[in-house]
Amino acid sequence: MPGKLKVKIVAGRHLPVMDRASDLTDAFVEVKFGNTTFKTDVFPKSLNPQWNSEWFKFEVDDEDLQDEPLQVTVLDHDTYSANDAIGKVYIDIDPLLCSEAASVISGWFPIYDTIHGIRGEINVLVKVELFNDLNRFRQSSCGVKFFCTTSIPRCYRAAMVHGFVEELVVNEDPEYQWIDRIRSPRASNEARQRLISLMSGELQRKIGLKVLEMGGNAVVGYLQCFDLEGESGLVVRAIGTACTLDKLSSGSAPNSNTHMHPNTAPASNACNSPSKDGKEPVFGEDLTSSSGPPTPFRALPTTSSSPPPFSPSKPCSRQSSSSDTDLSLTPKTVETVRSTRGIFLCPSSPTLSTDTLSLVGSGSVGCGHGSAPRATTPPPSSIPSDTVLLRKSVSFTEDLLLAASGMGSGGSVGKEAGPLKTLLRQQTQTALEQREFPFFTLTSFPPGFLLHVGGVVSARSVKLLDRIHNPALGNTRSYKLLDWNSVTADEPETRDAWWEEIRQEIKSHAKALGCHGVVGYSESTSICEEVCILSASGTAAILNPRYMREGCLDIGISDHRFEEPSPPSCGFCHIPYDELNMPFPAQLTYCYHCRRQKVPDVLFTTINLPQEAAVTGKGCLIQARLCRLKKKAQGEVNATAISNLLPFMEYELHTQLMNKLKLRSMNALFGLHIQISVGENMLLGLASATGVYLTALPAPGGIQIAGKTTGDLSNEHHILTIQKRINDTIAKNKELYQINPVELTEEVVGSPIPEPRQRSRLFRSHSESSDELSELDLSHGKKDAFVLEIDDTDAVEDIHSLLTDAPTPTGFYSCNTEIMPGIYSWTSGVQMFTSVRVFRLSNASLTNQGLNKIFTDLCENLLKSFYFKLRSMIPCCLCQLNFTVAVPEEELIQVAVTAVAMTFDKDQAQEKPADKPTTKGGSETEEQLQFPMELCADASSANTQPSSKISVSSLEHCSPLPEGRSRSLRSNRSFRGSPVTVVKMTPLSFLPGTRIIKYLGIINMFFIRETTSLREEGGVSGFLHTFIAEVFAMVRAHVAALGGNAVVSYSMKECMLMENPNKNQAQCLINVSGDAVICVRETDQEPNPSMTNIGQTCASGIDGAT
Amino acid sequence: MSASATFTAVTPLSSELRVKLENYRNLVLETGWDNTQNKMAVELDVFVGNTTIMDEEVYQLWLDGYTVNDAVKVRMEGGVMEECEASADVLLSDTMDQYRTFQMCERLLHSPSKLANQLLFQIPPNRQAMLIERYYAFDDAFVREVLGKKLSKGTKKDLDDIGAKTGVTLKSCRRQFDNFKRVFKVVEELKGPLVENIRHHFLLSDKLGRDYAAIVFFANHRFETGKRKLQYLTFQDFAFCAGQLISNWTVGAVDNMVEDMDVDLDKEFLQELKELKVLITDKDLLDQHKSLVCTALRGKTKAFNEMEANFKNLSRGLVNIAAKLTNTKDVRDFFIDLVEKFIEPCRSDRWTAADMRLYLTHYNNSAHILDTFKHQAVWDRYMVVIKSCIFKMYHD
Repeated sequence: MPGKLKVKIVAGRHLPVMDRASDLTDAFVEVKFGNTTFKTDVFPKSLNPQWNSEWFKFEVDDEDLQDEPLQVTVLDHDTYSANDAIGKVYIDIDPLLCSEAASVISGWFPIYDTIHGIRGEINVLVKVELFNDLNRFRQSSCGVKFFCTTSIPRCYRAAMVHGFVEELVVNEDPEYQWIDRIRSPRASNEARQRLISLMSGELQRKIGLKVLEMGGNAVVGYLQCFDLEGESGLVVRAIGTACTLDKLSSGSAPNSNTHMHPNTAPASNACNSPSKDGKEPVFGEDLTSSSGPPTPFRALPTTSSSPPPFSPSKPCSRQSSSSDTDLSLTPKTVETVRSTRGIFLCPSSPTLSTDTLSLVGSGSVGCGHGSAPRATTPPPSSIPSDTVLLRKSVSFTEDLLLAASGMGSGGSVGKEAGPLKTLLRQQTQTALEQREFPFFTLTSFPPGFLLHVGGVVSARSVKLLDRIHNPALGNTRSYKLLDWNSVTADEPETRDAWWEEIRQEIKSHAKALGCHGVVGYSESTSICEEVCILSASGTAAILNPRYMREGCLDIGISDHRFEEPSPPSCGFCHIPYDELNMPFPAQLTYCYHCRRQKVPDVLFTTINLPQEAAVTGKGCLIQARLCRLKKKAQGEVNATAISNLLPFMEYELHTQLMNKLKLRSMNALFGLHIQISVGENMLLGLASATGVYLTALPAPGGIQIAGKTTGDLSNEHHILTIQKRINDTIAKNKELYQINPVELTEEVVGSPIPEPRQRSRLFRSHSESSDELSELDLSHGKKDAFVLEIDDTDAVEDIHSLLTDAPTPTGFYSCNTEIMPGIYSWTSGVQMFTSVRVFRLSNASLTNQGLNKIFTDLCENLLKSFYFKLRSMIPCCLCQLNFTVAVPEEELIQVAVTAVAMTFDKDQAQEKPADKPTTKGGSETEEQLQFPMELCADASSANTQPSSKISVSSLEHCSPLPEGRSRSLRSNRSFRGSPVTVVKMTPLSFLPGTRIIKYLGIINMFFIRETTSLREEGGVSGFLHTFIAEVFAMVRAHVAALGGNAVVSYSMKECMLMENPNKNQAQCLINVSGDAVICVRETDQEPNPSMTNIGQTCASGIDGAT
Repeated sequence: MSASATFTAVTPLSSELRVKLENYRNLVLETGWDNTQNKMAVELDVFVGNTTIMDEEVYQLWLDGYTVNDAVKVRMEGGVMEECEASADVLLSDTMDQYRTFQMCERLLHSPSKLANQLLFQIPPNRQAMLIERYYAFDDAFVREVLGKKLSKGTKKDLDDIGAKTGVTLKSCRRQFDNFKRVFKVVEELKGPLVENIRHHFLLSDKLGRDYAAIVFFANHRFETGKRKLQYLTFQDFAFCAGQLISNWTVGAVDNMVEDMDVDLDKEFLQELKELKVLITDKDLLDQHKSLVCTALRGKTKAFNEMEANFKNLSRGLVNIAAKLTNTKDVRDFFIDLVEKFIEPCRSDRWTAADMRLYLTHYNNSAHILDTFKHQAVWDRYMVVIKSCIFKMYHD
């Protein structure tokens, strides 16, 4: 019995009127966890009931604690008929299970009903008492921290990066069960919400187990997705990067923008670290003290706080952190051995130094775009069929072996040899190859982690979904294509095999690029009826193995290298592959920065721009958009048609990207994300990336237009005009993005391409491109302008579309990476937003060109809308612009965007405050960023929204309101004066001008909303508008209840809207995730001591408005 | 994905939904916000910020009852398009979004204290204050029309006429009228000072709170304000007078913990006012009063002769008003009486505002010197209001 969950229902407010006669409500609450239910008393005749219930106690397994959500249902008591449900609150109690996250959940939660939306609020108090159990963690993995953030979280230090973890669970979709025909939509939606909540809990627990097995204590870059496969079921899958994280003492937490230079304040305040406060009684740390000192930070203050956060520290500091509950609690004997001092010293033996040396010599850079769409082929027989768990444990033991034998060659046994150059190199690679998938979901890295980047690798596969879980129908299906063992095969196995196949492909692509790792890795699906496209992409890279292995943490050793290390500002651009044996033809030059290593002419990646990279000018968002019609078809024919189209789409998207990149006079893409979405009669492709000019890479050549038919005068003239327009645009863009690279004498080094001039021509006709994209010649030298041939109307259209991309209005910048290259002085204005547009195609006689135009306009107009709406924030930059396209119905195109607008200081935007960590705080001119966390009392008068447009109104409306309000609150019966905590949300991993002092846990929420009165709710727009606002509200409420004041790495993973205007109905599903955090202004040294109590303070209704 | 089969039959509309439906129909009818008419064929278009984005200009247009299309036109003429290289489509989409947001907020604005602790919209406090203040702001022209009228359904039916007369859109008229009614209903049941109650319950500024107090006060006593002779008076004139009446003649002026203390006139006081009749019924007293006033005024004003000649008439007028105030009907006619019995005669004699001041000051003070006149306290309580009201009302 390892856990006791305690819940108290305090009060409700703003409840809806349930009894028309009295205009009041007789509300009571049911609290359910697992199969146990408690009820409060009925609080009669009130819209603001005060239950003040006793503590409801649930005694449960920690496994259940991880899987199950706490379910709070508010009902209206009815003497004569059945009680009416007002709404529900699902509370994920996972954050309470981790010692470093939240300690109590307390606050107002919106009461949510899937039909009516938010109906009032309820104040709930939740606590967990975990008992120590020697046998625990057999099935549960409490204590493993999860982060959506795709970089090392700000107040942690990565002691070790273990690698890829993945898992998926499958279930039947309640919406497709037979019972759904007789139950109400509400019951069906709730069943679905609850099931998905359960499944994500289970998934997270299973991933946690894997992490513990690998010896880690956290998952970073956790990406969880749903595949609503309809009749064939519901898949919840997740990937992430297992790490061992050490908590930095709060005093030395790195600030948001210059995390390389943490404030190395003495760790005297370490014991104030919020994670420790109030935690001890709950978690009982002393019980685990056998494996290490009970309070590591206090015991070893210097080691845990003084070294820079990401640089390796001495083994002893590692030791200190490993005494944290997570590791010491692991049941396996191997694990416990590992956390003792003896073993730790062992791996830092000389062998490690040799392997780090090896990496440097081979450094060089590549640009690549490996991509191999595949059709519905059966998975190769070589794919291992053992279970996931087994696989992981195997790789784990190999890990150990390595550590013990000091990188023996035994590690490489049985693995195919990659494009290895030297023995040393081989050794470092084997470290990664030990892992089945050397993938990392991270997109930003500690300095020195990323050695070289090869290029983007991606793989897609088209699959037919089969309903194997429904025994009644499953056997009768005839279109089963895949060679699964049998119809009754366990479905996770099948889905696992699909992904495994794709991952293998990614791995081999990376190998072809001479890389042993893949970073910025992500997976996605697009489902239409029974066809499913699985996609995976990442960036092939060579990584510094010292983060991969234990004991490699000694800074002294890793800094000694045979050759001079590549300068950090350009090292990652140097090609990783063999110059004489290139995987694809590319034009290499010596690096324009260090002049020592070779670099490619163009570099595409899926990661964020490394902080240390040297960039000229600013970056910008670059999008390639594409629509392709396809015939409607069924089953196998459909799948084949789709897989035949995919390579062409990839090719087109790539060409568009390349053209647009050249047009902006840039030479590298970061954050590349290519989405291909399938509909009944079309495929949509959208590639987004942030273009930059990397100083290390050669300047891109221009674009040259060539006509095929010569002699035609008017044609010649036409070409000349277009050429002129293109040249003008390039010149204008150079100015706009401030790209004025220092001119260097160029020396094109021997490229393996015999006749570059001839080869650099990009052929337009589709017939010439083949399935094998790697055969495509994507090289464009500086000397040769990039040639576009106009031989048909297609090409003309393309050039037009190339030129019609509207430039961003003055004062705006946009990018889809975390931060805009070239802007360094963020101020505190932050506005996160979600926008959704659905476009109905009017008639059926559409051509590919027509569709492309519509799609392009749709995206462009959306961007224009954003600029207009956010104009009051100028100068500002739209960051992490994340476009998601879908084809919800035959003639509909849906584009959903989530992004954040951030203000910056124009005057300081030019310079990179390289070595001045303090500039950030100083440059923060707006003092409006007031976190009500610090003092609830301040909230009503504080200007909590720092955007500049607010100040316009604040000046003229300085009415003596706060004073008046407080009095009214006291004098009026109904309202309790707890001002709502302001919760900021951002898709980035940080908030400018602030410092994250604590991660409170992952937010992963799934909501369904349905209506049978669509018109009355304002049509689809009104319906969705309300729903999105409600989702935001619920996220904010949960974060506030955890004691947080911000959500970072927020994303909306799913927004699936189905409408039937004729029936006046609509249904929408939204899935969001992020990390709940507490952050304080950068200028504040320490969080206010009252911080941890805020939840209670607010909740207990103390009138804070005075 | 095919739509699911879980929809059930449409349930009968709840009242809440009916309101929504009406709102929506208005929006559609007024704007042509209909898929068939929209050439963009944008089926759905929403933008939701974590901090709710609200443009003050659009908010004002919404409050003023502009349709989406008209609002877009106004904005285009306002030149907002050049600001950000926007197109008409962008403007339309933005306006629609904002209108939707305001509509969703409207429910909260009906009880402003909810706005501060609701969770649906994250709105900074100063923006909340702006939203409330503007929502409860009204057009002087409109309020002038309904001032003193019963806030009933009957009056609501006449709003289209009032709208046509004042140039305020019907939608805006309805909002303003409903605001008056809502404030009236809430403060009706509350104890304590009227202005404070309004301000605290509706989180309004001091100025707006006072204006609403005036409106409530006028509506409660149904003061006649619509007669032609009163047309020259503005709402602000009346609001000022209401303020005077509230702070001097109501129950609250003596006891501040009674229900309706600021709404009901002090009945005892009104009874006592009858005693003032002695000033005009007692011949000696009247003559004495006149001579005292005339002595004080002599040589100080050009209108002295008219003052002297009219003294008895004017004094009778004022005292008669006082004596009649026990009748509800005469209370209603308070302002028309003031104008007919006092302001008009003076105006026809071309008194200046300074003359008026001088006259009333001495008229008031001289009564204290009358040794047989015993009702000094009542007299002062009466005259302080009369004086300031007449000062305020004596203009063209």
